[in-house]
Amino acid sequence: MNAATVNADRFGQDFFALFDLPRRFAIDAAQLDERYRAAASQVHPDRFAHAGDAERRAALMMATRVNEAYQTLKSPLARARYLLTLSGVDTQEETNTAMPPAFLMAQMEWREAIMDAKMARDVDALEKLARELRADAAALRDELAAALDGAGDLDAAALLVRKWRFLEKLEQEIGDAIEALLF
Amino acid sequence: MALLQIAEPGMSAAPHQHRLAVGIDLGTTNSLVATVRSGSAVCLPDEAGRTLLPSVVRYLADGDTAVGYAAQAEQSRDPANTIVSVKRFMGRGLADLSNLAREPYRFVDAPGMVQLVTRAGTKSPVEVSADILRALKARAEASLGGELTGAVITVPAYFDDAQRQATKDAAKLAGLNVLRLLNEPTAAAIAYGLDNGAEGVYVVYDLGGGTFDVSILKLSRGVFEVLATSGDSALGGDDFDHRIYCWALEQAKLSGLTPHDTRLLLTRAREAKEALTEHAETRFTALLSDGQAVDLTLTQAEFHAISKTLVDKTITPVRKALRDAKIGVDDVKGVVMVGGATRMPQVQRAVGDFFGQTPLTNLDPDKVVALGAAMQANVLAGNKRDDDWLLLDVIPLSLGLETMGGLTEKIIPRNSTIPIARAQEFTTYKDGQTAMAIHVLQGERELVADCRSLARFTLRGIPPMVAGAARIRVTFQVDADGLLSVTAREQSSGVEAHIEVKPSYGLSDDEISRMLTDSIEHVHDDIAARRLREAVVDAEALIDATNNALAADADLLSDAEREAIDAALAAAVAAIAGSEAARVNAATAALNQATEAFAARRMDRNIQRALKGHNISEL
Repeated sequence: MNAATVNADRFGQDFFALFDLPRRFAIDAAQLDERYRAAASQVHPDRFAHAGDAERRAALMMATRVNEAYQTLKSPLARARYLLTLSGVDTQEETNTAMPPAFLMAQMEWREAIMDAKMARDVDALEKLARELRADAAALRDELAAALDGAGDLDAAALLVRKWRFLEKLEQEIGDAIEALLF
Repeated sequence: MALLQIAEPGMSAAPHQHRLAVGIDLGTTNSLVATVRSGSAVCLPDEAGRTLLPSVVRYLADGDTAVGYAAQAEQSRDPANTIVSVKRFMGRGLADLSNLAREPYRFVDAPGMVQLVTRAGTKSPVEVSADILRALKARAEASLGGELTGAVITVPAYFDDAQRQATKDAAKLAGLNVLRLLNEPTAAAIAYGLDNGAEGVYVVYDLGGGTFDVSILKLSRGVFEVLATSGDSALGGDDFDHRIYCWALEQAKLSGLTPHDTRLLLTRAREAKEALTEHAETRFTALLSDGQAVDLTLTQAEFHAISKTLVDKTITPVRKALRDAKIGVDDVKGVVMVGGATRMPQVQRAVGDFFGQTPLTNLDPDKVVALGAAMQANVLAGNKRDDDWLLLDVIPLSLGLETMGGLTEKIIPRNSTIPIARAQEFTTYKDGQTAMAIHVLQGERELVADCRSLARFTLRGIPPMVAGAARIRVTFQVDADGLLSVTAREQSSGVEAHIEVKPSYGLSDDEISRMLTDSIEHVHDDIAARRLREAVVDAEALIDATNNALAADADLLSDAEREAIDAALAAAVAAIAGSEAARVNAATAALNQATEAFAARRMDRNIQRALKGHNISEL
C-alpha cells in the first residue's frame, strides 16, 4: 500500500473514462451533466463528514478531481486542449504565436473595435462585439470537431485551439470592460 | 426526547441511533440554533420561548458574561463593554473597518484581526463570537438532552477566507465540532427548495444585519448547484439604522454625543426602521444624558428617500451574479428573500421591480438560514442514510498569487465549484536563487494592493540553479468549507521543499486549544478524562466504519493489504481497552493510514457503480 498504488487508483483513468464517456470532442452536454452529478454525489465531502480521516481525505481528492474533470470537459476549448494533451500534442499557446496573416489582421480589428467601444463607454456595442465573438468561436468549434473527431489532424486542431485562445482572451477583455462600465 | 438520548459518553452510538446535530445561524444582529426533529427542522427556543438570540455579548463587572436579551437590554447603559454586531469585525484588521468613529468601542490593532478593549480584558472578535456560540450550544444541549455530535455554522457567501477561518475558530473555541461552514443563501435555498419541491433557477437575496449576499442556484432533482454568488460583506440592516441615526442628528442638530447617547439613538433608529415596515410614520424619541429631549417624526417616504442609495447598492452584486451565471432575469423562476432586513417594503419593491416578479416571502426570513443549516447538519452527522440531495457550492472571490510588479495572477477564479485544486508553475529569476517568497491573495482586482492578503510564506532550500531552471509548483486547494491551503514544491531537481500555510488571520490549532483549556467553562472539567472520551469515540467510529467497509468491499484488497488493515484494527481495539488518550489517537491515526488506499478504491468503485446505474436506465 504505497503512494504509487494510490495514484494508480485515483489518477489512472482520464477524465472521459472517469465519466464513462467516449474519448472524443463531440459530447452530449446533458449526458455529461448527468454523469457529473452521479459521480459528485458519490464522492462529495458532505457524504463523508462523519467518516474517518482517510475517507475524508480520499473524498476531498476525488471530489476535487471530479470537479476538475467536469470543468475540463464542459468547456469546448478546455476539452479540445485536453484531448490534444492526451494524444501527446502540446498546444503551445504561450510560445507559438505564428498565425495566418488574415487571422492577425482580424485580431487587430477586433482590438480596435473593443478599444473604441470602451472609449465611448458603449456597453451595447461591447455586448454586440461579444455576440460576434461567440459566433466566431462556434465556427471554430465546428472546425475542431472535424479536425479531432473526423480527419484526426492534430496539428490543425492545435492551431485551432491557439486561435480560440485568442478569441477567449478578447471575450475576457470585453467582459472586464463591461463590468468596469456597469459596476 | 428520551428515546433519542445518545449513548453514554465514551460509548459509541449504534448506527441506528440519532446523532445530535444542529445548524447555527451566527448572525450580525441575531443568532439561532435549529435541529431536525422527527424529520422536520425546527428552531430551538430559550426557556422564555424565544428562538432569536440577539448577537450581543456583555462583559459584566463581576466577571460574568451575559449573552442575548440580557446583554442587549443594557447596551445603552454600558456601551463599551457590550459588544453588538461583532460579526462585522471577524477577520478584519483596523485598516479594513470604516466609520470606526461611530463605534463606542476601544479598538486595538492586532496581527490579522482587530481586538476590543473591555473590562474583561482585550477580546478578539473570535472570542466574542465564541461566547454567542457557547450560549447556543448550551441551549441546544439543554433542549435535546445530550452532547452535540456536531454543528453546521452558516457564513455569508461573500465572506472571504479570513472571515471564514475566524468563524471556524470561534466555533472550535466554543467547543463545537464543525461539520461544515455553509453559505447562508445556500442554506436558505435548501430550506426553501426542500419544502417546496422547487425545480429551476432561483435567486436568493439575503440582506442581513451587516452583510449582503446574492446567490443564483439551479435546483434539479435534489441537486442544489450554486451557479454564482456575489455580495457586499459590509452592507446590511445596520446601515439603514445608521441612515436614520444620521437623519436624527441632522434634524435635532446634535453633535458631540457620548457613547451612551450614540448607542441609544442607534437603538431608537432600529426601532423606527422596524416600525416603518408596518406603519406610514413613526415617532422618534430619546432623552439624552444631558437632559435634552429628542422628539421627531419619520415618515415612510422620507425613510425610503434617505435609504435609497443603500437599496440601489444591493442591485449591483445582483447584476454581477447574473452575468457570472450567464443567465438573464427572464430565466429566474423565483427570488427567495432572506434576512430580517428584507422585511423593509422598499427592499421588496426594488427586488420585485428588478426581476419583474413578486419576491417569495412565505418563509420566515429570520429562521430560514438556521433551518437549512439544521437539515444539512442532519445529513452530515449521518442521520439520513438515503442521501437524496447534494450541494454544489462555489468560492465567492478569486484566489491568486503576487507576481512581478505588484500584480495579481489568478489561480482559481471566483464562482468555481468547490472542492477545487489548481496548480501553477513558477521559476526563479536570479542565478543561484535558493528561496522564493509566496504571497497569497484573494480578490478580483489586478493590483496586489487592491486585493486581500491572506498569507505570505517563503519556500526555502531550492537547490542553486541558473535563473529560470527551477520549477516551483504552487498548489491551491479549497475544501468544502471554502477554506484554502497552499503548498509550494520545487521539483526540477528531484529535491523537494514543501510548506503548507493557513491564512494568517486564523488562529493556529495550538492557540485554539490553549484558549480552550484557559476558558472558564473547562477549568472545572476533567480535561484528561474528556480527551480520552473524545479519542475513544473517534476510534470507535473509525473501527465501525472500517468493519462496514470490509464487509462491503474486502475484494478490493490484496492479502497483504488486508492483513495490514486487520492488524491496525486489532491495535485500535486494544488501545480502546486501555486508558491513554495518546495511545488511542495513535492507533486511530495508524488505522486511518492503513485504510487510505482502500478508501480511495472504494470511492472509485462507487463512482463506477453510480454510472453503471445510469447506463442501464438509459437503455
